[in-house]
Amino acid sequence: MTFLQARGVVRAYGHTPALRGVTLDVAEGEILAVTGPSGCGKSTLLHCLAGILRPDAGQVTWRGERIDTWSEAARSRLRRTEFGVLFQFGQLVAELTAAENVALPLLLAGTGRRAARTAALAWLDRLGVADVADARPGEMSGGQQQRCAMSRALVTEPRVIFADEPTGALDTLAGEQVLTQLVRLAREQRTTVVLVTHEPRIAAYADREVSLRDGMVDHTGLGLDPALPGGSR
Amino acid sequence: MSTSHVLLGLLAAGPRHGYELKRAHDERLPRARPLAFGQVYATLARLHRDGLVAPAGQERDGGPDRTAYALTDDGRAALDHWLGTVEPPMPYVTSTLFAKVVVALLVADAGQARDCLIAQRRAHTQRLRELTALKTAPGARLDEVIAADFAIAHLDADLRWLHTTLDRVADWHREVRS
Ligand SMILES: Nc1ncnc2c1ncn2[C@@H]1O[C@H](COP(=O)(O)OP(=O)(O)OP(=O)(O)O)[C@@H](O)[C@H]1O
Ligand SMILES: [Mg+2]
Repeated sequence: MTFLQARGVVRAYGHTPALRGVTLDVAEGEILAVTGPSGCGKSTLLHCLAGILRPDAGQVTWRGERIDTWSEAARSRLRRTEFGVLFQFGQLVAELTAAENVALPLLLAGTGRRAARTAALAWLDRLGVADVADARPGEMSGGQQQRCAMSRALVTEPRVIFADEPTGALDTLAGEQVLTQLVRLAREQRTTVVLVTHEPRIAAYADREVSLRDGMVDHTGLGLDPALPGGSR
Repeated sequence: MSTSHVLLGLLAAGPRHGYELKRAHDERLPRARPLAFGQVYATLARLHRDGLVAPAGQERDGGPDRTAYALTDDGRAALDHWLGTVEPPMPYVTSTLFAKVVVALLVADAGQARDCLIAQRRAHTQRLRELTALKTAPGARLDEVIAADFAIAHLDADLRWLHTTLDRVADWHREVRS
């Protein structure tokens, strides 16, 4: 049974086609990079795979079950428990501090306040932003917000992490720190990662790369690259 | 690369034998082409002739490979001068990759040029992944990380250029056809 799969996924925004029949398998424990030029449909594909958007046609299956036909409530439960999503544009809760933002998914899942705060602080520390734990998003730099959002995506230790341009606002070293944490976590816990990026240097952290072009998988380009022979997986 | 200046730099910490210099070179510049012993001795002989290094004691049955060399004052001055001189930022584009792509565009049709760019992009991507894995492996040494960073930055630049050129080839093809 495939782990996570898109079959002929089509999605448009009004009259703008964003995905025009994307078929893609994601194996458990792999780190998959989704690359391609701006506007090619990377974020839309990520949102369809994560059950945030419903495709207009085609299917998305998770452990053999179609999730695209699930109710909003069922999909959002999946996103709280099995999936962790890091959006391209942060989406932290403006009224909450960094630590409260990171603790939020744990609180929603029923973890106690103290334990949730301890876990949140540990993740902020791992991503190098412990010093802004009590700041609100409006008081943080773009890169700090991004690392805070990454902490929030990782804190529940999800089975799949969807990360949309996770280093877009970061300098090289900070970006490296974030990716190293992400990759380490994925290897240790056999977490699956779908990593959207337009940067070759970031895609190089993945085991495999799929390029999109005009809403379709670009088979003539990098296409579906085989995993690195003898890779560390 | 200026092997003689690198050797002068490695001698700044104290006298060393040729084989120690080779070892230090390969260790400090881990992704550089390893130095051949012959090259080390030839370079040391030249530096000696120019008064930039001097023998610093010899073991009893010493041949040239048994001689330790030390930096002279002139050698130190030459090293400081080299370090104090800014490298000209890319005075010429000296890359076989660049030349090959231009020639491919000259002699091949757009399809062939595209295949050549795509094949190169694959090879670059593969190397970029290998170096990224190497550098993020637990316990990677700082020397290794810094050398990998250098290679990664250059591969990344090449890859961006390959991507852009691929897109330009498509435009150029359209222009030629219309
Ligand atoms: N909310 C929206 N309303 C209308 N059109 C949209 C919306 N979101 C995306 N699009 C369009 O859908 C297409 C795909 O967008 P998407 O955000 O998936 O691209 P992307 O590959 O993530 O780009 P980028 O690298 O710039 O983030 C684009 O043509 C875009 O203009
Ligand atoms: Mg996007």
